[in-house]
Amino acid sequence: MSTGIEQTPADGETLTEDELEALIGDRAIARDDHMNAPGFVVNPDEVQSVLSDLKERAGYDHLSCVTAQEYEDRYESIYHLKKYADASDEVSVVVPTASHDPVSESAEQVFRTADWHEREAYDLVGIEYADHPDLRRILLPETWQGHPLSKGYDQEKPQVVTLSEHANPLEGDHRESGGESDTMFLNIGPHHPATHGVLHVETVLDGETVVDVEPDIGYLHRCEEQMCQQGTYRHQIMPYPDRWDYVSSGLLNEWAYARAIEDLADIEVPEYAQVIRTMGAELCRIASHMLALGTFALDVYGEFTAIFQYTFRDREVVQDILEDLTGQRMMFNYFRVGGVAWDLPEPREEFFEKTRDFLDELPAKVAEYNDMVTSNEIFQTRCIDTGVLEPEVAKDYGCTGPVARGSGVDYDLRRDDPYGYYENLDWDVVTRDGCDNYARVLTRMEEVEESAKIIQQCLDLLEDWPEDDREVQANVPRTLKPDADAETYRAVEAAKGELGIYIRSDGTDKPGRFKIRSPCFSNLQALGEMAEGEYIPDLVASLGSLDIVLGEVDR
Amino acid sequence: MSSDEPETQPRQTIHDSTAPSTDTRDSRIGEGVDDRFNSKLREAFGASPFILTKFDEFMNWVRGNSMFMLQFGIACCSIEMIHTYAIKHDVDRYGAGVPRASPRQADVMIVPGTIVSKFGPRMKRVYDQMPEPKFVVGMGSCTISGGPFQEGYNVVKGAEEIIPIDIHVPGCPPRPEALIYGILKLQERIQNGESSPVVVKPYELEQFGDLPEDELVQKLASEIDEDDLVMRYNWADSP
Ligand code: SF4
Repeated sequence: MSTGIEQTPADGETLTEDELEALIGDRAIARDDHMNAPGFVVNPDEVQSVLSDLKERAGYDHLSCVTAQEYEDRYESIYHLKKYADASDEVSVVVPTASHDPVSESAEQVFRTADWHEREAYDLVGIEYADHPDLRRILLPETWQGHPLSKGYDQEKPQVVTLSEHANPLEGDHRESGGESDTMFLNIGPHHPATHGVLHVETVLDGETVVDVEPDIGYLHRCEEQMCQQGTYRHQIMPYPDRWDYVSSGLLNEWAYARAIEDLADIEVPEYAQVIRTMGAELCRIASHMLALGTFALDVYGEFTAIFQYTFRDREVVQDILEDLTGQRMMFNYFRVGGVAWDLPEPREEFFEKTRDFLDELPAKVAEYNDMVTSNEIFQTRCIDTGVLEPEVAKDYGCTGPVARGSGVDYDLRRDDPYGYYENLDWDVVTRDGCDNYARVLTRMEEVEESAKIIQQCLDLLEDWPEDDREVQANVPRTLKPDADAETYRAVEAAKGELGIYIRSDGTDKPGRFKIRSPCFSNLQALGEMAEGEYIPDLVASLGSLDIVLGEVDR
Repeated sequence: MSSDEPETQPRQTIHDSTAPSTDTRDSRIGEGVDDRFNSKLREAFGASPFILTKFDEFMNWVRGNSMFMLQFGIACCSIEMIHTYAIKHDVDRYGAGVPRASPRQADVMIVPGTIVSKFGPRMKRVYDQMPEPKFVVGMGSCTISGGPFQEGYNVVKGAEEIIPIDIHVPGCPPRPEALIYGILKLQERIQNGESSPVVVKPYELEQFGDLPEDELVQKLASEIDEDDLVMRYNWADSP
């Protein structure tokens, strides 16, 4: 296991808030602190210079998310910055733009990841970014009229969506231009078994080599942010996170929302509930990684039998345990603001026994997977040194989770920005420095073992917990109304990486703005880097190793 | 004909229980000639059995018992759909378990998830590519009505607005058991030769030039070709 690649700021130390203020100087026209981080308001034409100073001189090398929103009198883009070396060190750059002319400088030149984030902001809210290399809609169809998350959008108006052929972006250098290059345009998806859902990959091939890849997303954009903005904090939002990353990662997602709202409304979660949450979340991680392994094997071997069925067999066991705990197989809706819905199922001994049985059998199963998958020669040939993602590139694209850790980026929010009960438990962050498809698969498999360790410790704790101290929920007011204009951005380590939630309260019982930072969205953007110049079968393997879930990419 | 010799003539009736007269194993390894008539049903049909039935009925029976499913994953429900195909639930037991990746080889399409505006035309195209006769199982609340996302600006209020659906399986997501029940119900209907009436006026794929001229069409005229296929969503008329 590698030690990971440390990147420290040029001067080797963390800047204090005063030093940051000095660094930005008069480019900051005001301060707009968020609950999670200091915030600096800058003019729309100084975005690039401020961001690159923060990146180069203060070490904020991770553009976690870009939030766009419209106020009564202005538009606003918020750049949430973090450090890969220290995730709890955050800063926000707030860029207001006028209502009549919402144009702001693009951050794409500083952070590659801003490309898609800004396209989304343009698509849904309607802010335009000057200098952006390719500013067009990303989630909604090209022909859509209006920007649905802006004020005054009329949802009742008809829309026309086309079903037309896609053009080959490299056609220019097709035969006529010298006869050398002969490229072919290939649509993969949106209905295709290797895309893990409704993803459309526009691929250009030169022979068998991929020369251009463009993921086209939005075939599952189900307005999750709008839904959350229409729901009340207390009860109506929690069911939605289950449906972002829906491969049984429900509890991990619910935790993202729970963490953000508990931060915003200042709610303390009882320790007992935290232990249950931690255990449930890790069970979900196992289920999710099992699916990732099974579908990856399906992509690489192309068979629907052995490995795929084995991983689904094990998922069934996890789903059974989770069903005992939460009452549902997939859409758990088990977390509550301030705790969890109910205590462990009775009889407790049975639940403990069942879970322990699963953990006891796990090592043998992992060994079996290693026999069948990772030590298989064909598998290795397909995966080693294909889909290479260098750590610096991964960071530039804002990759997180197993994708980043497989490239040696030692970044795990469970350890770096602790929440829940993780701090008090004994486990390790898995990193590998292979940077290829193989490394990503191994990272996931080792993470399964680490999760098992965590669950084991949680079980021990829960078993010995004194009976009169089993408080599962904090005292939370019936209607939650956080202070008007309170803003926070909070993230957790979901199965695929950093899942962040930005909430702005407008003083009512529903959020003024609810923004989801999905790890898959950023990870998928790096596909081009991994696949271009490689063979087409490796593109399929790379896509599989990213382990995307379209529900989370499109939201 | 003595009673201890196997009968070689068809019998008119089946007496007592319908259980086999001998165990398969016994008839295979027992003494003498292999007694192929170890099932009473088979005895009733005789040595060279033939059945008289209507061809249509026979076809429906075959169709219902050998369904090729389209491997079609959309959203959360598709995970439960995969579990239905996979170990433990194993829908293959009901003659409905071969997921085909290409619509041209499939008879049944399970629609497992939320249909959004951008996907609508693609789903219609996939459905159109399936050979007749074809059947659709709508899985989950989203395909019934848009489910939890019904109020979304981008969500089609049910797959039935685009393609006809034979069986609706409610749930969010339906458990694998529920989906299996839905599939069995579909088999029953196919065997009975029933098909579903289309209950809503579906959105159609039409050429852009054929749309009635209105404000929206005029606005888009510069972007879309006259003969490009388009789907027009009238959100205000949605149920
Ligand atoms: S019905 Fe529920 S589980 Fe199924 S696709 Fe819709 S939201 Fe997901």
